[in-house]
Amino acid sequence: MLSYILRRTMIMIPMIILISMVSFLIITLPPGSYIDSYLANLQRMGGEVEQSRADALADRYGLNDPIYEQYWKWVKGFPSGNFGMVFSEERPVMDVIQERIGFTILISVLTLLFTWILSIPIGIYSAVKQYSFGDYFFTFFGFLGVSIPNFLLAIIIMFTGLRFFGVNLSGLMPAAYMGEPWTLAKIAEVLKRIWVPVVVVGTAGMAGLIRIMRAEMLDQLRQPYIQMARSKGVDEIKVIIKYAARIAVNPLISTVGWLLPQIISGGTIAGIVLGLPTLGPKLYDALKIQDMYLAGTIIFINIVLILIGTLLSDILLALVDPRIRYD
Amino acid sequence: MKNNDILLEVDNLRTYFDTRRGLAKAVDGVSFDLYKGETLGIVGESGCGKSITSLSILNLVPQPKGKIHGGEIKLHREDEVVDIAKLKRTGKKMKDIRRKDSAMIFQDPMSSLSPVYTVGSQIMEGIMLSHDVDKVEAREMAIEMLRKVGISPAEQRINDYPYQLSGGMNQRAMIAVALASNPNLLIADEPTTALDVTVEAQILELMAELQQEYQMSIMFISHDLDVIGEISDRVVVMYTGKVVEVAEVEELFYNPSHPYTQGLLQSIPKIGRKKELKPISGSVPQIYNLPDACHFAPRCPHRMDICTKKEPPTFDLGGGHQAKCWLYEEGGENNEG
Repeated sequence: MLSYILRRTMIMIPMIILISMVSFLIITLPPGSYIDSYLANLQRMGGEVEQSRADALADRYGLNDPIYEQYWKWVKGFPSGNFGMVFSEERPVMDVIQERIGFTILISVLTLLFTWILSIPIGIYSAVKQYSFGDYFFTFFGFLGVSIPNFLLAIIIMFTGLRFFGVNLSGLMPAAYMGEPWTLAKIAEVLKRIWVPVVVVGTAGMAGLIRIMRAEMLDQLRQPYIQMARSKGVDEIKVIIKYAARIAVNPLISTVGWLLPQIISGGTIAGIVLGLPTLGPKLYDALKIQDMYLAGTIIFINIVLILIGTLLSDILLALVDPRIRYD
Repeated sequence: MKNNDILLEVDNLRTYFDTRRGLAKAVDGVSFDLYKGETLGIVGESGCGKSITSLSILNLVPQPKGKIHGGEIKLHREDEVVDIAKLKRTGKKMKDIRRKDSAMIFQDPMSSLSPVYTVGSQIMEGIMLSHDVDKVEAREMAIEMLRKVGISPAEQRINDYPYQLSGGMNQRAMIAVALASNPNLLIADEPTTALDVTVEAQILELMAELQQEYQMSIMFISHDLDVIGEISDRVVVMYTGKVVEVAEVEELFYNPSHPYTQGLLQSIPKIGRKKELKPISGSVPQIYNLPDACHFAPRCPHRMDICTKKEPPTFDLGGGHQAKCWLYEEGGENNEG
């Protein structure tokens, strides 16, 4: 098992190098550069364009260098935690990421827990009580959750909050608390609002999980080992949880890895609508104005998370299911 | 036999399935007795209701479509007689019967044990449900059980997962799981069908040995007449959810009375027999909306007028031999063998 993990980790190294190249290629693919969109913006707003300033910027960031030189300039800072500069803010990419990664992870993990804690029991219930009222009820609301666009649900919740309860739910805290040190009052404010993105993003993924869990449970409940367990006199609840659900949850575990990158990209639109201090909206902005190092770094982190996530689910799956343990 | 030798009395059992195509009478008026210490073979083609009969006895008919609609399944326990047909499926009493009195082994050894728990833990679970012992004692008993079913070295194999064992070994392990509770009644639903012939012989021998040791009654379900002939004391022949013939095993093989049984025996190939095989003509009818007549009549070489008009009752032929066929009505056509 240990050697397997080690081997998998070793394979990840060349993968990561390859990924850094691909992500850099992706962000340089669109024609033009940050300077061009910066100048275009200035012009649109009627600002005076100083060609010399633009040239100086391009020079400073090496935007006129050949692509491989630009790439090298970017990646050689990685080992020391230097991911380049954010053009629009004129500060290191690392600063922006550090600022937002905390909330990003917090919201994502809460969303993950929210969807799993609800959808697994609901999936089990739906299978055990197949075609019952409850089964149809949860199926209906599950699909409703999928069909309503994230941003719309976010808007509805914010509107309801403001109109009927008089609370402003946008962002994670009132403006007064921003940049202030963490106090109990500030934590309370965050807790009051953080459920909104969790519910908004969570409901979207729930129906899928419920359906997978339900289908898997139905499949397992038909297996002979279930009848065997019952014939031994095992309690029905134990038959369902210990025998059927234990195996039915495997497909969910094998996809848990794909959820890791969602930490960043999941809920981007909801994040924009809700004005959340997370990385999703930041990536969107960066792509819009071709802030290449910021966008590239976020995409790079995202793909590395996919790698780590896949490894994690493989390890988890091996722990849960003895049939696929690696010796 | 005396009444106190009876372990199980099944009387007019009716288990129906409410399907989209109508009511499927999978088991329709089945009656038989099971004596203590005997092996009762139940034979019939696929879909004749033999498996559903056995699942009904443990109250494990697939839900929500299947249901016991009527009849009695009287189990003689140590100090009481319980009608299983009237018990709640997940009730306390039913669970108690499953834990202490009965056990079941299934057809497919590879899928009848949970793949994620060790063989040992699945045996120990049964032991701890039926005996008042702690984990250490249960483990000792489980090792003993594995030894009895011929899995060695038992101390190591107890930690194996089912996928680490062969099909035959898994079937032995399943028998160990089933017998861990020391049951009076073992229902074996085609336990050797998925195994190859040499392993089949070993398993049959093992079951006969264990029956001696535990003094239990076995209901052995199979479509294979050879296997039934080898292991059974008495045989019940089923067709379209009904019992068509009951007899002691030798009587059944040498003096089959129901035309269906005769047809079954004639369609077994035998080395040295020059005669051509005579398969039963036609095929098993669908069990939806069957007429109120003899269901075998359309395929029967001895069909009479009455056969297609009226369902035959069960006629007693003496010596515990019964046949559900108009041929044995007094004054009917007497066509033996």
